[in-house]
Amino acid sequence: MGNIKGIRDKVAIIGMGCTKFGEHWDKHQNDLIFEATKEAIEDAKIDPKDIEAAWAGTWVSGFDGRCLADPLKLQYIPVTRVENACASGSDAFRNACYAVASGAYDICLAVGFEKLKDSGWSGLPDQQSVPSNRYPDRTAPGMFALMATTYFSKYGLSPEEGKRMIGMVSVKSHHNGTLNPKAHLRREVTIEQVMNAPIIAWPLGLFDCCGVSDGAAAAIVVPADKAKDYRPDPVYVKALQISVCPSEGEQRADYDFTQVKATVRAGEAAYAEAGVTNPREEISMAELHDCFSITEAVTCEDLQFSPRGKVKEDIESGFFDLTGGLPVQPDGGLKSFGHPIGASGVRMLYEMYLQLQGRADQRQLKDPKLGLTHNLGGIPISNTVSVLIIGL
Amino acid sequence: MAGIASYGAYIPLHRLSRPDIQKAWDSMMPIPGEKAVAGHDEDSITMAVAAARDCLTGIDRQKVDRVYFASTTSPYKEKQAASVVAGALGLSKNTLTMDFSGSLRSGTNALRAAMDAVESGAAENVLIACAETRIGAPNGDKEMSFGDGAAALLVAKNGPVNIEGSVSVFQEFHDQWRSDKDTYVRSWEERFAREAGYTRIVPPTVAAALQKFNLSPSDIAKAAIYAPDPRLLGMAAGKMGFDPMAQLQDPMYMSVGNTGCALSLMMLVAALEDAKAGDNLLCASYGDGCDVFVLKVADGIDKIKDRRAIKRHLEPKMMIPNYLKYMQWRGLVETQAQPRPPINHISVPALWRDMDWGLSLHGVKCKNCGTPQYPRQRVCVICQATDNFEPYSFADKKATISSFSHDNLAASIDPPTTIAAVDFEEGGRIVCNMVDRDPKEVKTGMPVEMVFRKVHYFEGIHNYWWKCTPIRC
Repeated sequence: MGNIKGIRDKVAIIGMGCTKFGEHWDKHQNDLIFEATKEAIEDAKIDPKDIEAAWAGTWVSGFDGRCLADPLKLQYIPVTRVENACASGSDAFRNACYAVASGAYDICLAVGFEKLKDSGWSGLPDQQSVPSNRYPDRTAPGMFALMATTYFSKYGLSPEEGKRMIGMVSVKSHHNGTLNPKAHLRREVTIEQVMNAPIIAWPLGLFDCCGVSDGAAAAIVVPADKAKDYRPDPVYVKALQISVCPSEGEQRADYDFTQVKATVRAGEAAYAEAGVTNPREEISMAELHDCFSITEAVTCEDLQFSPRGKVKEDIESGFFDLTGGLPVQPDGGLKSFGHPIGASGVRMLYEMYLQLQGRADQRQLKDPKLGLTHNLGGIPISNTVSVLIIGL
Repeated sequence: MAGIASYGAYIPLHRLSRPDIQKAWDSMMPIPGEKAVAGHDEDSITMAVAAARDCLTGIDRQKVDRVYFASTTSPYKEKQAASVVAGALGLSKNTLTMDFSGSLRSGTNALRAAMDAVESGAAENVLIACAETRIGAPNGDKEMSFGDGAAALLVAKNGPVNIEGSVSVFQEFHDQWRSDKDTYVRSWEERFAREAGYTRIVPPTVAAALQKFNLSPSDIAKAAIYAPDPRLLGMAAGKMGFDPMAQLQDPMYMSVGNTGCALSLMMLVAALEDAKAGDNLLCASYGDGCDVFVLKVADGIDKIKDRRAIKRHLEPKMMIPNYLKYMQWRGLVETQAQPRPPINHISVPALWRDMDWGLSLHGVKCKNCGTPQYPRQRVCVICQATDNFEPYSFADKKATISSFSHDNLAASIDPPTTIAAVDFEEGGRIVCNMVDRDPKEVKTGMPVEMVFRKVHYFEGIHNYWWKCTPIRC
């Protein structure tokens, strides 16, 4: 990873906003975009007219730059819509940061948003890209369940032992969500409830899956050397990495579903960019893409938080709890927030930003230095992954 | 002389118990046994393909120069089914394809046409793929008796089974019919159909055929004779001079049901499975007339016995849990829509373009690193070599599954939707759905085979692709 140049410490976040996530029956996505951006602008103490360029991250709730220009009435500035599956929000943020780092702009806006609850469907709307429809029937839980099946089988876990391991991931995230007024689901669950819940896609039960919700989150970024003009406690961008898998798990029989190579690659690149050599020790906290409990477990190994095949020990010891050595999903994660696709990546950054500034209330961790966010778009055999690191 | 060079058959895995039908309707007449029922993703085209694949075991497919599809239940009124079958089998583009339809004699009509074509020298290897999936009207005698099944024969010049010849008669007659406006088969009073129809037509035609080839009934080792029910066959046997127990091929009424135009060919295949050199066989169909064939088994019959045919397809089965499930599979009952996005519009140019990889499960094999891959690629997934591939067929390759899940969220008529990563022994992976499985029995490392199935029906288009199943037998 010696060739990673990156933009470490060249860009800073001076304002963020995030709506409550949930079933916003009474709100259009434009309301959510407006609310998240309003909070970010107020947090940054800038005038909306100061924004010079903007990026929107959405999967299916908007098509081009007008999806931000219209609700915010941005005045003839450049606006670009970014789509990179579940990593769309992270990628919008990445583009805004690069624009600032290039010197082209001094104040850029990134907004991630999604309005899913107008569809009436269970699960996500399909984004099938095979025009002949010669394609297996499969959903996100069905495809991520393949990871659990193979993980259990590879490491000799009985279905009971395996479901208990991933079940504890959900119990932890649900607990964190109870402490967060912006979370969608705010209820404790017991391991028994998780393990006995109805099966969505064997072996994943209801509580192994994140929900579907609406939400938006926004960030305002400026050059690092100007950040303190806006606030005393800006948060600096340490790494912005994306890795896209060439769908090889669809075709290569040597892909065994117990890792996501794009997460491994994006993680390695992000650590190189941020100068992190021992992630388990140096990363203070992380918001991972826990679309399913098994995904979070495997991601902890992919990002070198836990040794391969050993995440069970860290889950059982509470290493990822709020009180543990490396808290994961301090805000409750996708598990508690649901997953409005384009919004999730920026929502993760919002929690890391609050934690780094000491503004996370009941969830506040002691003295965090580096926060990592991980967005996984797609399915285990074919995906696009972002790993971002921000810090003081 | 034309002969049968190979045979094959297909019986769907799923069976419906007749007492379950009786129970559902609280009907008075107890009828024993069960019927074979096409899976929710099977139709006469997919079953014809399955029987044809069985028939072509160990045979060079490029030799086939004609495909005759025979069925009264083609999924299309206008559009050929034989071309779908030929495409799924990956046959040569020069194959002459024809559909035989509209009659319960469609199967034997196709056999006669194949015989004539081979004898005349117009064709060398004619593949007959005959399948039937008739639906009897709910709470009726035909619902009880109809079953689904398929047979395939390869007719060529020098088969180990010689077709000595054929005799046919026609009879314009409404004993049983289904108009272009009917969903279900209609029939006249059973006694009229039996006495003025079957018993007046079949026995004399069989007798005429025996006479033509100087045979007496006792010379026939097995007679594969269509009959709408076994009682009628038993009654007619006496008239024809056959010993019902020793000489009549079992019409599979108790296990499969009346498979319409496929029945006499399926019975012939069953007879061939037990045949030995020197046997005389007879095959007869009935429907607006009668076709009778006399066949003589020669040396070499043992060389084509490595087929699933009837016997090995009959044994493994899965009972449909109840009658309502059967009704749902056949679209006879409307159920609440599942809250999932509707299926997309099917692009016809994409279907056409995807013919090789979509229909016949062809992928490519990299000439640089040797890795098979599906679907077709321009850049190798392993070594990134570009446009350096040869065509590669996955359909008959050995495979096991490396992962699976049972998806309850995916909309399905038979939940859960089983997803499997199919890894081929000689390389390559296809992630697809698994059907005809007991979810409790699915394990990583389990061997599977690929099957041609219907994946969607949308705006009049039956869309076919491939799935995997546990090894059937």
